[in-house]
Amino acid sequence: MSIPIRKFDAVIVGAGGAGLRAAIQSSEAGLKTAVLSKVFPTRSHTVAAQGGVAASLGNSEEDHWHWHMYDTVKGSDWLGDQDAIEFMCRKANECVIELEHYGMPFDRLDNGRIYQRPFGGHMSNFGEKPVRRSCAAADRTGHAMLHAMYQRNVKVNTQFFVEWMALDIVRDAEGAVVGVTAIEMESGEIVLFHAKAVLFATGGAGRIFYSSTNAFINTGDGPGMAARAGIPLEDMEFWQFHPTGVAGAGVLITEGVRGEGGILRNDAGERFMERYAPNAKDLASRDVVSRAMVTEINEGRGCGPNKDFVLLDITHLPPETILKRLPGIREISIQFAGIDPIKEPIPVVPTCHYQMGGIPTNYLGEVVVPQGDNVGVPVSGFYAAGECACASVHGANRLGTNSLLDLLVFGKSAGTTMVEFIKNHPAAHRPLPADAGDYSLARVDRLNNQKDGADVHATRLAMQRTMQNHCGVFRFKDLLAQGVSKIMDVAADVARTEIKDKSQVFNTARLEALELENLIEVAKATIVSANARTESRGAHVRDDAPDTAERPDGRDDKNWLKHTLWHRDGNRLEYKPVILKPLSVDTIALKKRAY
Amino acid sequence: MSSRTVEFSIYRYNPDKDDKPYMQTLSVELDSTDRKLLDALVKLKAKDDTLSFRRSCREGVCGSDAMNINGKNGLACLTDMEKLESPVVLRPLPGLPVVRDLIVDMTQFFKQYHSIKPYLINNEPPPERERLQSPEERDELNGLYECILCACCSTSCPSFWWNPDKFVGPAGLLAAYRFIADTRDQATSERLDNLEDPYRLFRCHTIMNCVDVCPKSLNPTRAIGKIKDMMVRRAI
Repeated sequence: MSIPIRKFDAVIVGAGGAGLRAAIQSSEAGLKTAVLSKVFPTRSHTVAAQGGVAASLGNSEEDHWHWHMYDTVKGSDWLGDQDAIEFMCRKANECVIELEHYGMPFDRLDNGRIYQRPFGGHMSNFGEKPVRRSCAAADRTGHAMLHAMYQRNVKVNTQFFVEWMALDIVRDAEGAVVGVTAIEMESGEIVLFHAKAVLFATGGAGRIFYSSTNAFINTGDGPGMAARAGIPLEDMEFWQFHPTGVAGAGVLITEGVRGEGGILRNDAGERFMERYAPNAKDLASRDVVSRAMVTEINEGRGCGPNKDFVLLDITHLPPETILKRLPGIREISIQFAGIDPIKEPIPVVPTCHYQMGGIPTNYLGEVVVPQGDNVGVPVSGFYAAGECACASVHGANRLGTNSLLDLLVFGKSAGTTMVEFIKNHPAAHRPLPADAGDYSLARVDRLNNQKDGADVHATRLAMQRTMQNHCGVFRFKDLLAQGVSKIMDVAADVARTEIKDKSQVFNTARLEALELENLIEVAKATIVSANARTESRGAHVRDDAPDTAERPDGRDDKNWLKHTLWHRDGNRLEYKPVILKPLSVDTIALKKRAY
Repeated sequence: MSSRTVEFSIYRYNPDKDDKPYMQTLSVELDSTDRKLLDALVKLKAKDDTLSFRRSCREGVCGSDAMNINGKNGLACLTDMEKLESPVVLRPLPGLPVVRDLIVDMTQFFKQYHSIKPYLINNEPPPERERLQSPEERDELNGLYECILCACCSTSCPSFWWNPDKFVGPAGLLAAYRFIADTRDQATSERLDNLEDPYRLFRCHTIMNCVDVCPKSLNPTRAIGKIKDMMVRRAI
């Protein structure tokens, strides 16, 4: 089979926050860079982030990166790597200030500095009381950030390939990554991008669940491609269910609402978080709040005719505050809940939101895999950042506002590392293997010629319902085991999907089928990893690992203080130790999480 | 759950097989959870996978699913089904070349956006901390920075239909004013020079279709008026 080839120094896949931040590094360094994106860059899902980006600027009150680091380690339920967490928290101020210099329209304080609001799990003085750390542009921080970074890329002349979907990684005999294949949506042409290095910033895969805050495009393309290329996926059992998705619609309502004073109430009007987190209350960590909400609903204290949601109340806030700080939330509430939050509380339920796991990397953004005794050997020429990657800074549970920080810090870090790698290897591109591109062409060929196959829409729905019912906020031993076998059945259908649309021009049916092939890898990784981890930690809470005196909250550090690595080949699992040693400070010692 | 059938008339064109575009009559059964037009389109696509349209965030912030809905531009994800008259007539955004079905080629639209240098220009060495801006100065950016580049406005503008290569259009001009209004930007006079031309700015005849259709309730006409004022003021 033959395939057209285009040559670049660097190829970045994805033009959300992480991809755009990495592209700035690459373009400013003068490298010939191609940025591939399924959508026009400002349509990437970073655009939907609302509440803010964390940085210990201390604009409103005293703050310190070390406190931020402590909160992040605690939030991660000690599964986060402490070197990467220190790196992120120390770089936060620099990255946020850079963004301001790019033109990001942050809200301001009277003294002209960036406005900061409180957010869940962010505390001062090592967990003492909530601190204002989230740098915000009203409740449209992601939109403001994504546009500012796209604009910066326009300024530095980054070359975008808009509406191109990457299909597969190309590796040579030594395992080095030497390019990617991609399909141009408008023409249907498949092209091989030959590169000295490839950086993945493909975002999350929240569409594996039925109810998700994620965009349609969040289909785990990076992890799917990595898994097919023999690279394991790390900690995929950890998914964040955001406490406040609009009931029924799934659309996100930022935690910034609670940061501004919003209160969660059950059907009796009770502020129930006081019982679950006496100190942080509504601003406890997301996993804690989501479980409290589901417990209220399960115990019959939910609201509405079916008692299946709780209420997020901001009717006590001055309307001016809502109009100034939360205008987007008001729009969303009117649009998707049919209520004006100035007058009525918002019906909310925990909704799948964020993938803590992903393609394993170190804090430099290099993709790392186990090799012999070494658990973290870099894959030559391969980098990843943002939600598709696992650095791992979020561990078992991410704090709000740390995702925008993650994509800034690690987008920049991975971009910088990649630039250095390319500059240190000025020689010609590594040769392409003879069969480069054949695998992708064969996949598309199979899809085009499939007869009597499975329907894409129905198969995707089966996957989403299975994940929702078998791998949700609370997990059950029996349901997980059944879920594994159901997902493997769905995977068999995914391998024989059929589309009716055979045309070349903007064939979205074909794209959805190819996306489903990525989603299913993420779903398999998630449920297989979750089934195996027989403890409760962060967002992964099982009925057979309850809170006991010996194992508070069901966490089992003796056996499970380790990262999962799922290999697609044979659904095999292996584990690697958590990095407990930070870069410069003392280890934040294990203890029970309480808010 | 109550369900109802809704009739659609949808613009179809697949250059691989159709000589020319045609309107296709389709219907779909919706239940009470299918509140928005995008929900209906997703159901229609599940029945006929050749139906082509862009979509992503489904909450009105990404700007992907702009289309002409019963004669008016809007976002499918923010359009309530119950407010639409039947049959629902869907066409691609007017004035841009059609790639396929409801998908238009947006090259010209983005070219105009890029032409106004949509990035902050400040040639002073950046300070160690943030550039200061008072809350009042920052408020000047409200109603400007929220644009999602969906193109509802520009493709509803007769001036843009006539001169898409010469008139910047409401979206691009809104972005131009967003930077002019930013106290951190130093390129105001360069930006005004860039628009000083019979077409680029002055083709706006305040028809105000842009204001009427903007799904984010922004007002490009007002921003354009402010740029025109600045032009006049610097001329005298």
